[in-house]
Amino acid sequence: MSKYDRRQFMKTAGAVVGASLALGMSAGVSNAFAADFATAKVNTTKLAVTDKTVKVGILHSSTGTMAISETGSIQAEKLAIAQINASGGILGRKIEIIQEDGASDWPTFAEKSKKLLENDHTAAVFGCWTSASRKAALPVFEKDNGLLFYPTFYEGLEQSKNVFYTGQEATQQILAGLDWVAKEKKAKTYYLIGSDYIWPRTSMKIARKHIEQHLGGKVVGEEYVALGDTQFGSVINKIKLKKPDVIYAAVVGGSNVAWFKQLNAAGINSKKQTLLTISVTEDEVLGIGGENLEGFYSAMKYFQSVKNPNNEKFVADFKKMWGPKSVIGDVTQAAYLGPWLWKAAVERAGSFDVDKVVVALPGYEMKTAPEGYVKVDPNHHLWSKARIGKWRADGQVDVVYESPLIKPDPFPKGYQ
Amino acid sequence: MNTLTDKLLGGKQGAIGLAILAAIILIVLPLGLDPFRIGMVGKYLTYAFVAVSLVLLWGYGGILSLGQGIFFGLGGYCMAMFLKLEASDPVSTKIQTTPGIPDFMDWNQITAIPLFWQPFHSFTLTILAVLLVPTLFAFIIGFAMFKRRVGGVYFAIITQAIALILTILIVGQQGYTGGVNGITDLKTLLGWDIRTDHAKYILYYINAFLLIAIIMASRYILSSKFGMLLLAMRDKEERVRFSGYDVSNFKIFIFCFAALISAIGGAMFTLQVGFMSPTFIGIVPSIEMVIFAAVGGRMSLIGVVYGTLLVNYGKSVFSETYPELWLFLMGGLFISVVMFFPNGLAGIYTDLMKKFQSRKTKSVPVKLEVVAVVHEKTESEPILTSEPAGAKA
Amino acid sequence: MFGYSMADIGNIVVMQGFSGLSLFSVLLLMALGLAIIFGQMGVINMAHGEFMTIGAYTTVFLSKLAVKYDIVNYYFVFAIIAAFIIAFAIGYLVEFVLIRHLYKRPLDTLLATWGLSLVMQQIFRSTFGAKEVSAELPQWLLGAFQPTSDIEIPINGVFVMGLAAVVTFGVFLFMFRSRWGLNVRATVQNRVMAGAVGINTKKVDRVTFALGCGIAGVAGAAFTTIASTGPTTGSLYIVDSFMVVVFGGAASLMGTIASAFGIAQAQSILQFFMTSSMGKVTTLLVIVLILMMKPEGLFAAKVRK
Repeated sequence: MSKYDRRQFMKTAGAVVGASLALGMSAGVSNAFAADFATAKVNTTKLAVTDKTVKVGILHSSTGTMAISETGSIQAEKLAIAQINASGGILGRKIEIIQEDGASDWPTFAEKSKKLLENDHTAAVFGCWTSASRKAALPVFEKDNGLLFYPTFYEGLEQSKNVFYTGQEATQQILAGLDWVAKEKKAKTYYLIGSDYIWPRTSMKIARKHIEQHLGGKVVGEEYVALGDTQFGSVINKIKLKKPDVIYAAVVGGSNVAWFKQLNAAGINSKKQTLLTISVTEDEVLGIGGENLEGFYSAMKYFQSVKNPNNEKFVADFKKMWGPKSVIGDVTQAAYLGPWLWKAAVERAGSFDVDKVVVALPGYEMKTAPEGYVKVDPNHHLWSKARIGKWRADGQVDVVYESPLIKPDPFPKGYQ
Repeated sequence: MNTLTDKLLGGKQGAIGLAILAAIILIVLPLGLDPFRIGMVGKYLTYAFVAVSLVLLWGYGGILSLGQGIFFGLGGYCMAMFLKLEASDPVSTKIQTTPGIPDFMDWNQITAIPLFWQPFHSFTLTILAVLLVPTLFAFIIGFAMFKRRVGGVYFAIITQAIALILTILIVGQQGYTGGVNGITDLKTLLGWDIRTDHAKYILYYINAFLLIAIIMASRYILSSKFGMLLLAMRDKEERVRFSGYDVSNFKIFIFCFAALISAIGGAMFTLQVGFMSPTFIGIVPSIEMVIFAAVGGRMSLIGVVYGTLLVNYGKSVFSETYPELWLFLMGGLFISVVMFFPNGLAGIYTDLMKKFQSRKTKSVPVKLEVVAVVHEKTESEPILTSEPAGAKA
Repeated sequence: MFGYSMADIGNIVVMQGFSGLSLFSVLLLMALGLAIIFGQMGVINMAHGEFMTIGAYTTVFLSKLAVKYDIVNYYFVFAIIAAFIIAFAIGYLVEFVLIRHLYKRPLDTLLATWGLSLVMQQIFRSTFGAKEVSAELPQWLLGAFQPTSDIEIPINGVFVMGLAAVVTFGVFLFMFRSRWGLNVRATVQNRVMAGAVGINTKKVDRVTFALGCGIAGVAGAAFTTIASTGPTTGSLYIVDSFMVVVFGGAASLMGTIASAFGIAQAQSILQFFMTSSMGKVTTLLVIVLILMMKPEGLFAAKVRK
């Protein structure tokens, strides 16, 4: 984090105290806890827990190409931790943050995970963003028996004792969205397009199976663009030739901006074409420009404009801490859940020991999540809703559909 | 000292330098650092292989390759494929649709191990592949380019393009390569768990000994007639050609040798870090490795090892505390090294030595520990010009 | 044919032809500045992409002002001029501080400018934030132009094409019809002699370098209409730009144009018939193979060594 951010953090953390008092009341008669939970009892595995404090790690990229995406997650995690501290901490202990920079470099993630676990003995780590960074860090967490809260929606196909996935796995994001377009837009033909790497490819595989086997639709084209490519002329012409009912998109990064700008310029806009994407959150809109997205749909579990009291408070607190202009995307919200889930698990376990926390968390129901109600499944993913948002020119969405809670299924049968 | 040891050690000066380096990486660092930091140093030392290869290629040969990551990556991938097959035994992969194949293949509906993975069941063949595949690839590139007298800036850009192509290919063919995540979750080498602290130390020492051996081998090459030709070629390629030497063959050889060294570094990287991913093949890591060499001193086989350690240590320390400052520092360091200290750390050291010595005696100043051996016979300054062969008339 | 009507195919051929041309102008704009610097001076500017980013951020900044004063429809022309001036000025400075010390060491300029690009990226990040931003575009640049009901031609593509034509024409006028251009060419052909007849070769170098940077700035400004603006945006373009210049043969502007055209058509057609990422890889692969056989590029200037 920059100096600026840190200063901002110190300044606003105070302000958050007031806002969080309400939460504090409900969450903790906390100082009374400290006496009840002697350090020797709550920490039998040499974690960095003292009578007054407990150390956690935040491990995201604040430099390099991924900094664009990961900044929101860092901010959300710091907000959650500041709120928890303001409400009395965990088992009477204040959370101290050790922040490390993954620098958008996967071995660095592994290295810093090792540092956070072996040198700093952090009780939990909130971090990683890309699948590649998580895959690099995962063996470290498993070997050192650490605890990672991972915020990003991702391709699934993974389940580890040492990781809780607070974002959606692929089926949670994809199936409900496709069902919705098939029903609402009477879509029969689909054109799939994504960046050329594992998450879009796995997502498209699931989407294709679902379209062909469950929706009776047809995939008329499946296209992958190289990461960072900014030229979509030929791809757009192919789409025009195929005239699909729905374009289903998972393009990421700088390509994503070019894709929507060129799509719009080629005359493909929401008046003529239904487009559903799983890779645009409020964060991306800043770069793409709201006018290029207007009328297109995103499938996510959370949008900033979701209407419920939890979310209104969350958005207000977030803006108070990080400035009125900040926007909150799907992953930012998922990152915000991490510290709260960990707090709940530690309190249920009455211990910071990873083995006990890991057992205590599944089954926990969190009613204060900004996205609404979430539940932790025994497979370490969250039950959550899928939402379809229709983009407005101002970079926010109107939520047009909300699914019931969906069970997470990282190894979906029939979709592999 | 007889000639062979003289050539291997690089004379008295060289032997002292080497002994100090060996003492530091074999004794001081392992004693002074905890297992976590030792793991990091081990990783940096694998980059030092590439830096050493760049001394041969760039410092002496005047050939700047911006694609050494290609060979580092290929070596690393060969090793990773072997380890991945070992990690994917039918028992530990029984939840897959097809047990016994690497997990990423299973996710991509591949039901049998592809043909080009088959050799990596055997450790012997894997070692051969680590050594031969990158070297052969370098031979093909080198043959095509040097025979047609592509050099200088052109060569740099073409190697860069090849690095980019290879990255896109590996990322795109994820069923066969693991895609952008790379080959991860490697556990054992011939049944020996490579993730324990004990194993880390052993691998660290293997790595360190290999590095020293390669530095000695490189010294031997540089102090031979070939080394002199290399220098001569760098400074006046036409004259060497007119003297009847086939310049391109020498260039191809040094390029292949540099690829081989980088590949060994890559394989050691995979063993110590436990995974391999396409991010090491790309343009950015390839250029970063050139930085290591530039900072350490492109003419000094030993200097670049210090350069690599120093830059990476700085990166680690600064990115922990001042991530923003780090990029400024890295960029600034690079600019200033290129502008003011073209011979890097080693250059600063020898300049000091020169002053010190010339005050004592009027003897011939010692340039660099390696150059010292050949230095009487070559009149050229170790300067760094190399006219691009095809670029400008 | 393949279940498509003839009309469909006709329309697609027209639009595909246009996207080939549009990619051509993008590549040309990217490469022109680099070609001037590399071709005329033999300097490799790895920070070329960052100079484009300067242009892009200039545009974004001015668009914010334009929104404030409600002149969104007109500002874009000024943004392009401003992008040129700012990139030119910074290029001038960079040449003075950095490049001129390294003329005898082309490989070292490559490394030094790479260091420069790191520093510049971090400056962008510290000044404008890590997130991508977008410029508010004037209404007349948005949407598509429809000659028939089924053919849609992107207006921003037409705009980039027009701009590429203007810039190329301008460069030709400058290089071949002006006193300055004469000096530049003289310096390239024989530096010593040029100096002897009273040309200030150092100044010529500085202006040439700055001009190349200024054109990169213009390209960056134009690309805000079709792609993203972020601290690392420049790195998306750098390899493509180099390939165009090297493939064209370094010392020839005609070569750069021809190579941009060839690469654009090849890539555009391949990406239509293969997946986009395979199309891109194949194009690069073909370029590298051709370069291996013809290292001096397609249109190398025939000069005696």
